[in-house]
Amino acid sequence: MDALAARCARSRARPLAEYAIELDRATLARGRRIILEEVHAAIRPGEFIGVFGPNGSGKTTLLRAILGLLPPVAGEIRLFGASPRQSARFAGYLPQQRAGVADLPLRCWDFVASAWQGEHWGLPLVGRRGRRHVQQALELVEAETLANRRLSQLSGGELQRLLLAQALLGEPKLLLLDEPLISLDPRFQGSVIALIKRVQLAKGIAVLFTAHDLNPLLGVMDRVMYLGHGHAAIGTVEEVVTDAVLSRLYDTSIEVLRVKDRILVVAGHGPVETEAHRHDA
Amino acid sequence: MLEYDFMRTAFMAGGVAAVVAGAVGFFLVLRNLTFAGHALSHVGFAGATGSVLIGVAALWGLLAFTVAAAIAMGFLGDRLRNRDVAVGIVLSLALGLGVLFLYLYTTSAGAATAILFGNLLGVDRATLWSLFGLSAATVLALAVISRPLLFATLEPELAEAKGVSLRLVSVLFLIVVAVAVAETAQVVGILLVFALMVGPAAASQRLTSRLWPGLALAIVLAVSETWGGIALAYLTDCPTTFWIVLLSCLVYFASFVKLAPARARARFAG
Repeated sequence: MDALAARCARSRARPLAEYAIELDRATLARGRRIILEEVHAAIRPGEFIGVFGPNGSGKTTLLRAILGLLPPVAGEIRLFGASPRQSARFAGYLPQQRAGVADLPLRCWDFVASAWQGEHWGLPLVGRRGRRHVQQALELVEAETLANRRLSQLSGGELQRLLLAQALLGEPKLLLLDEPLISLDPRFQGSVIALIKRVQLAKGIAVLFTAHDLNPLLGVMDRVMYLGHGHAAIGTVEEVVTDAVLSRLYDTSIEVLRVKDRILVVAGHGPVETEAHRHDA
Repeated sequence: MLEYDFMRTAFMAGGVAAVVAGAVGFFLVLRNLTFAGHALSHVGFAGATGSVLIGVAALWGLLAFTVAAAIAMGFLGDRLRNRDVAVGIVLSLALGLGVLFLYLYTTSAGAATAILFGNLLGVDRATLWSLFGLSAATVLALAVISRPLLFATLEPELAEAKGVSLRLVSVLFLIVVAVAVAETAQVVGILLVFALMVGPAAASQRLTSRLWPGLALAIVLAVSETWGGIALAYLTDCPTTFWIVLLSCLVYFASFVKLAPARARARFAG
């Protein structure tokens, strides 16, 4: 029994929790402004969830709350059965703000390696075990050939793979990806999605993937979560992406059109998502 | 030239200060905080002249002011962004105070020049020992914070998610910068701290993209520029500060020359 406990401690694995993420009527606010109200959702380990909604609907806020950076003002959030701060080490995160990365004067390997237990004090020595993990993370995203290149020499798609490698460092059980498709041309979007899906299946990681358009993700998602007007709706595509659910969520008449394999969400005045394609400044 | 006591002192004082300037400068450039280094040194002017006025070595007043300013800057953090005018006016006030203190301290005009442009050949034993102590403390502090500092510099949001306190790391680093600025000012003076803290680090980051070799190169460049400057000053009788700043400038621009063919090659390959 003690040996088992010791092994558990060594692999840093929490005894299996039923859910990766539980949002129990969580209300999230920035300052005094309520962003999301009473979000209720339970996400199982290994599930791929697409999170959609226009700018300002609270996608980033939701991810930051799950990471424990923004405690809910009401309700509760649990990560693998514990508080988000206690479980933060099980989560990999790909933040949306990454404009400055390409200007860093470092090579890719050192950039990825900086995230290896970077929260500890001391010198940024990576050690043999760290080097192995960095190497594995780079191989996982097929970026091992980029290791010695400068960050400034990378294309958008290559940079994205590198950031994903960094998020995968330390074998997370949950990946929170904030708009990984933004500023990628459609050619690269497909390969990034395929890559993330492959990693998710290979490692059994739960994925929360925020995006503006659900079509590129249709084949890979287990469920979707739609955010709008301070509320969230979660379920399968068939359950959530319907006239009734989305009209109620956005508080306006919304029509869902299925054209061949694509889904178009159309509001009274035109497609909802075209407007959302503008980026935040 | 090493037979003179003041030359040996100059080489030692310049050497230890340059090690600190190179190492701290490396992270300063990486964090895009070079202006903070510049601003801290200007605030230090009031402290340096003030302490001369009350009969204490300039180093200590300088240190007190730069550290206080660093703590203020660290806690204000993002609120200082886009406040260039406010920061500039506070810096002007610091220089103005410095002028007032100099006016009140009328016995020596040389004091002002020494504070503004450095006086490495005039470093005394007490200052040398202070520099040794401060350098040891700075390098130790930098070693302790360097890991989360690097993480927070390269990927602040990820670092925050993993439990790094960005505010704490930022304040601690700025304090380290403040001490390094005070030390560097002993070598090249308050006005030219930039040349020794930013020049070698910026050149090193153009020459290599590897972390550890980059850090080592920044230190080696800072020390060689300083020692080279002292030697050239001995041989030519021009001020050490002039030679150090000239070498720093030459090395920085030479680092562009090296990069050009590499970029052309990359273009061909791509």
